[in-house]
Order: sequence, then C-alpha cells, then structure tokens
Amino acid sequence: MKYTYKLLLLLLISLQVVAAPNGQSLYLEHCAACHGDDGKGGVGVPLSLPSFLDRVPDEYLEKTIRQGRTGRVMPAFSDLSDAQLKAMVAYIRSWSVKPAPLYVSNKINGNNKAGKELYSQHCASCHGEDASGGKGTGVTFSRERSLPIIAPSLSNAGFLDSASDHMIKDTIKNGRQGTPMNSFREAGLSDQQIDDIVSYIRSLEKKPAKTKEQSLRANLVYESDMSLKNTLETVKKAIVGANFRIIRIQHFEQGYVKKGKEDEKKIIVYFCNFNMLNEALAIDPRVGLFLPCRITLIEQEGKVKLVSINPATLSKKFNNDELLKLCDEMTSLYESIMEEATL
Amino acid sequence: MKHLVNWLVAVFILTASINANAQDVMIARSKLAFPEAMSALQNTIIEHSYTLSRVQRIDIGLTKAGYKTDMYRVVFFGKHEELKWMSDKYPGLAAYLPMKIAIFAEQGETVAVALNPKHYSDVENQKKLNIIFRRWENDIKSILSDFRKAD
Repeated sequence: MKYTYKLLLLLLISLQVVAAPNGQSLYLEHCAACHGDDGKGGVGVPLSLPSFLDRVPDEYLEKTIRQGRTGRVMPAFSDLSDAQLKAMVAYIRSWSVKPAPLYVSNKINGNNKAGKELYSQHCASCHGEDASGGKGTGVTFSRERSLPIIAPSLSNAGFLDSASDHMIKDTIKNGRQGTPMNSFREAGLSDQQIDDIVSYIRSLEKKPAKTKEQSLRANLVYESDMSLKNTLETVKKAIVGANFRIIRIQHFEQGYVKKGKEDEKKIIVYFCNFNMLNEALAIDPRVGLFLPCRITLIEQEGKVKLVSINPATLSKKFNNDELLKLCDEMTSLYESIMEEATL
Repeated sequence: MKHLVNWLVAVFILTASINANAQDVMIARSKLAFPEAMSALQNTIIEHSYTLSRVQRIDIGLTKAGYKTDMYRVVFFGKHEELKWMSDKYPGLAAYLPMKIAIFAEQGETVAVALNPKHYSDVENQKKLNIIFRRWENDIKSILSDFRKAD
C-alpha cells in the first residue's frame, strides 16, 4: 500500500516535470529580465519589434537562444531541451500576427572586396569598422532612450551561425523600422552591392579565438605586519593616492548587531572613482555587483588581512567583452592599493 | 513494485537536474516603478529571514559628482551568525559578504541583479560551505521570483 502512495506521488511529480513546456513561463523565467515581459527590450534587444520579429525565421531565434552571443551579454541557454526552446520561440512568435519568414538557404556569392568598401561606407559607423557592434548595453545608462537598440556585432560567431545570408540581405535591403537601421535599398544600393556586403560580412566568420584559460583567484588577499589601526591609515592613504574617494568606513558587522557591539577587528573601507563608475555603468548596467569598491580589513592572531573581490575574475561571469578590460584595470588598481598599504 | 518506484525516483531526479539551470548572474525584472519595486525587494529579503544592513545609493553619489543617472541602489543583506562564522573561519570570503542585490530603474520598470552565490566556492570550495552557498542560491532565486511577481 505504501508503495502505491509513493508511486502516485511520484507519478504526479513526474507528470509536472515532463509536461509540455510552457513557452510563456520559460520566457518570463529566462528572457524577460533583459528583454522585458512584453519583449520591448531593456538590457536586451526589443524582440517584439515588428520589423525584427516579422523578418527573422524561427531557426534564427532558436540558434540565438541556444548559442547566445559570446562576449555580448546574451548568454547561451545550452541546457534547455529542444521542446523548451521551441516553446519559447513560439511564445515570442505569438507577438506577431504574421507567420515566421522563410529564407532560401543557399549562399550569396558577392564580391568581398567591393563589399568591404561598401561596408566601410554604409555600415561601419554603427556596427564598427571591425563589425564588432555598438558599445554598451541597456537603455538605462548606455544610450539615449529614443534609440531602442544597440547595433549588433556582425562578426560575432553566434550571429553569423544563426543568420542565413538571405536573412542578412533582407535586413540590409529593408532595414528595421523603429531602429536606426535604415533600408539600404531605399538609400540607393543595388541588389549586387547588397550581395557584396553580405559576402563581406560572411567572410568575417571565424571560430572564436581560444582564450587561454587563466586560473585567477576570485579574491585578492594581502597581509600587513602593522596594527589594524595603522593598516587602516595606510589603506586610506593608498586609496586617495590612486584617485579614489573614500565614501564610508564601517565595521563588517554594522547593521547586524547593536551599535557598539560590532567586532572591532573587522572593518570595511568603501571607496569610489565616479568617473570610472560612470564608465562601467555605461558598458553594463549590471556592474552594481562590483559596487561600491571596497577593501575589508580583518585582524586575526596579530596579523591583519586585506581582502577584496577580484574584478578580473568576476567580470567573466557577465559575458561582456567590453567589461573585461575595465575590470582588468580595476584589479590592477586594487592590487596596487593593497600592495602600497602593506609595504 | 519496489523496482518501479526506484526507477521513477531515478527518472525524477534526472529530469529535475536537467531542468536546473543555474545562471552566473541572476537577474529579474519587476513591472513596478523603482520605489515600489525597491520596497517589494526589501520586504521579500526580510521575509526570507535575512537582515537588511544598508542600502548604498549609487545614483546619489553619481549625481553629486555631476553625472546623469537613473535610480541605482545596492541592497546589502545577510544573517549575522553566518557572516560572523564565515569571516572568522574563512576571512577571504569576507570580500563578498554580506550578499548584495543591485537594483536599478529601467524606464517605468525595475531590474534587480545578484551574483549567484555558488561562485563563492571559487574563493573557498568546501563541502559544508557549498551547502550554505546552495541554500543562498535558492533563497536569492526565491527573492528574485517574489520581486518579479510583486504587484
């Protein structure tokens, strides 16, 4: 009898788990935070824009979700099942009354050299001379609100694998109404010229460079031979010397125990360089996870430890290449501050 | 019968683990405007038995420094016993503690972002800590889910 109950219970649970995936729920869980509940965009591009949705095939959406865009914030959802993926795409597609477009799959053979010239003349100002796309992400900090989209990276392996030649051609010909992408047919480009640009863009396809896996520590730790009081003073001096402003010094336990009961041997120093902060938020509005800059001082057995996050390691979680350089710089600054403070 | 039950248990565990999709950076959007969303976030953090220690007003600092910005705050929270024990025993972890959620306005809506606590194991990878990090991960998932659904 007890097995019957167990069996029934498990059957109920299993039925829930293996039930047909709900595209709306999956979209809300995985996509809405960046693209908006209604697909109008935000940190991510606006998916419900008719000039986008009506001109990209389901295969493009599926591959984009599956592979993401390496280094361009959009993560790869490689863990989703095919059924979940199709359910999500069907939900996204439901925002349009038009059926998904179909493009022929044959390759376009244009003239790369001519395409390069034309690309430089017509496309590079938005997509970049190297086709790496517009800078920044998110409507909040990185661009004017009147611009609903950042120019995508056309050289990104995820984009080139997802978009067929004829989809790219259609986009160049017709543009994307509601975005800065104009129709280049209306701008006077011939079919042949557009084919040349498509061929040039396709020639940018290359496998992502294998980056050397660095085993970086997730935190930075230094030791000081000075007393906690003296170390705090040298930390403050080093922070100011590195062009940061000290914004707050507090006990580690502040806010968790009654005032005056905090462990006095654990101190946090918060500091900021607002210019750098403004730059970081323009690159990626999610960088609040690095904020504010801080060094924690902990005295244990007569030794003082200085600890901080390692921005270079943390930045790798964001899938945003633009952020990497800035975070490497931040790590160097943290290191120099802590080195100077512990000399 | 016993074999069938065992088999179903195995299938269930396998299916559940396939569906577990742990994100590195956890993110959620609320349809609420910033003040209401901030209030909802703070309420759910407290409902999850965490203490809110403070809110860093990033936007105020930026504005004072002459930069234009929308609402942007960082909310710090934790449990005193855990914070004390971890910072005593594993001082290197203190760099990431207390936990925080960044919250910012995006037009009329609000976005909240948190680092997945599973990454704290990059600092200290120990079985007993990983159990706590997993619990924190589930708590943050639940907090962000409440934040998303708040009205």
